[in-house]
Amino acid sequence: MSNPQNILRRSATTTTPPQGRHEVEPVAKLIDVSRCIGCKACQVACMEWNDVRDEVGINGGTYNNPTDLTENSWTVMRFTEHENEQGDLEWLIRKDGCMHCADPGCLTACPAPGAIVQYANGIVDFDSDKCIGCGYCVTGCPFDIPRISERDSKSYKCTLCSDRVSVGLEPACVKTCPTGCIEFGSKADMITRAEQRVTELKGRGFAEAGLYDPAGVGGTHVMYVLHHADKPDLYAGLPENPSISPFVSAWKGPAKPIMSAIIGITAFAGFMHYLTKGPKDEPLDEEVFGPEGEDAYLREHTLSAPETEPHEPGRRSDHEPR
Amino acid sequence: MNRDDEKRNRLGQRMMLRYPTSTRINHWTMALSFILLALSGLAFFHPAFFFLSHTLGGPVWARILHPFIGVVFFLLFALMAVSHAGSNLPIRNDVRWMKQIKDVLANRDEQVPPIGKYNPGQKLVFWLLVLCVPTLLITGVLMWRPWFAGYFPVTVVRIASLLHALASFGAIVTIVIHIYAAIWIKGSFGAMIRGFVTHAWAKHHHPLWYDDTIKRERPRPDAKTSTKRDDPVA
Repeated sequence: MSNPQNILRRSATTTTPPQGRHEVEPVAKLIDVSRCIGCKACQVACMEWNDVRDEVGINGGTYNNPTDLTENSWTVMRFTEHENEQGDLEWLIRKDGCMHCADPGCLTACPAPGAIVQYANGIVDFDSDKCIGCGYCVTGCPFDIPRISERDSKSYKCTLCSDRVSVGLEPACVKTCPTGCIEFGSKADMITRAEQRVTELKGRGFAEAGLYDPAGVGGTHVMYVLHHADKPDLYAGLPENPSISPFVSAWKGPAKPIMSAIIGITAFAGFMHYLTKGPKDEPLDEEVFGPEGEDAYLREHTLSAPETEPHEPGRRSDHEPR
Repeated sequence: MNRDDEKRNRLGQRMMLRYPTSTRINHWTMALSFILLALSGLAFFHPAFFFLSHTLGGPVWARILHPFIGVVFFLLFALMAVSHAGSNLPIRNDVRWMKQIKDVLANRDEQVPPIGKYNPGQKLVFWLLVLCVPTLLITGVLMWRPWFAGYFPVTVVRIASLLHALASFGAIVTIVIHIYAAIWIKGSFGAMIRGFVTHAWAKHHHPLWYDDTIKRERPRPDAKTSTKRDDPVA
């Protein structure tokens, strides 16, 4: 848990969350995909530090193991065999997990107050005790990251080791990475570091090398150095221009206050109508049938045709409009 | 049976059956489930309404129960819709009634053309709900976790979530108007509670339905006997 006095955004909350402390520097994790050897030490370190253990799953025929993120596997290496223009094989290995968006779709969609918080340092964290298990975070996430636990119906994902970061440690995956592929620091430092790496990669012939820090979600606090930054999709479907879906924005944006207001106004208008026009009181027999009552009325009147037939105006003078 | 044995209210006004027992039980079961659905649904829709999730025993229970109550509501609604669709088809006078909606709202009832068992406002409520409720069921299943949402592409779930909000908004506004109409038009609430309205009420608010019913139940207006029973379903 990071510091609860440094909250930038809080799910399902319309007032300003606690922001008492100043000068919090945004942090970032930089993953240099070109340096990853796919050893999965980060996956192990993640489970070790966070005390989560996944089931022994199935082998999907690739090195992806487990084959997907789960409520217990918050990070997974995704292996892609890519044949480049020269006909050479490139093994692209991307460490998948929460990107910690500056504009988080999960937090936007979440209906439970405080179940998702964004700390001033940029970490997007789940407070699972407040999670109600609706899965709106899954619906809102542009990266398909959160997973609902089958055991407790709570949503889980990478916390960026918010507990470690809050006491000045780097995330467990960073600590354990044997090649230095994963680095951690202030976001500004990580961008500088990424620029160095991109220059190096360009020098090695990767003309399209670049930093993945997508602007569509306001930038992310987990960034990639990619050798093919022009084609992020190569890396197991990393989205090229991720952003919160317009359907989610409409649903959790303008729709909320507008619809709520219209419902309230409708009820209030009804009340005002009652105050000004009054009720339609129960009619008395003599008001409807005349002073002689219903029997006399029925003797004097021939009843109209059935209601499905067009009505003959002349026969019902008492109910005809002007 | 002598006519003096007919059902009368405390003012001595003759009463006629408007809603049989099955209709009333269905209506109030639907009403209860709709209120629970609306309160718990609003809780997930806007933070200002989050406290309403406690009507179903807290936010987690609300999340668990809301879709099941929704299925119950849909089934009850489907029963009602199928059996009442015929009497909610528009008739010619409905158009004139709607054009004179100002007279209706201003309680100038004597100037309004005669209409059948349901007035055009009620018919509009009926057809709006026929539009909204199946939409709510389909989109609700698409976003139902943990059972169904995972089987659909996330874009489908996103569209479903937006449509679910829109359809529930339509249904809630419609029901707010429906509830107000029942408060406004005295006698209609009692009709849905105990089933009966006075003949005067029927003649005043639904003249064509009154005529039909009288013709069916009393072939000769001066007859001394009546075929009327208290409640054919009870």
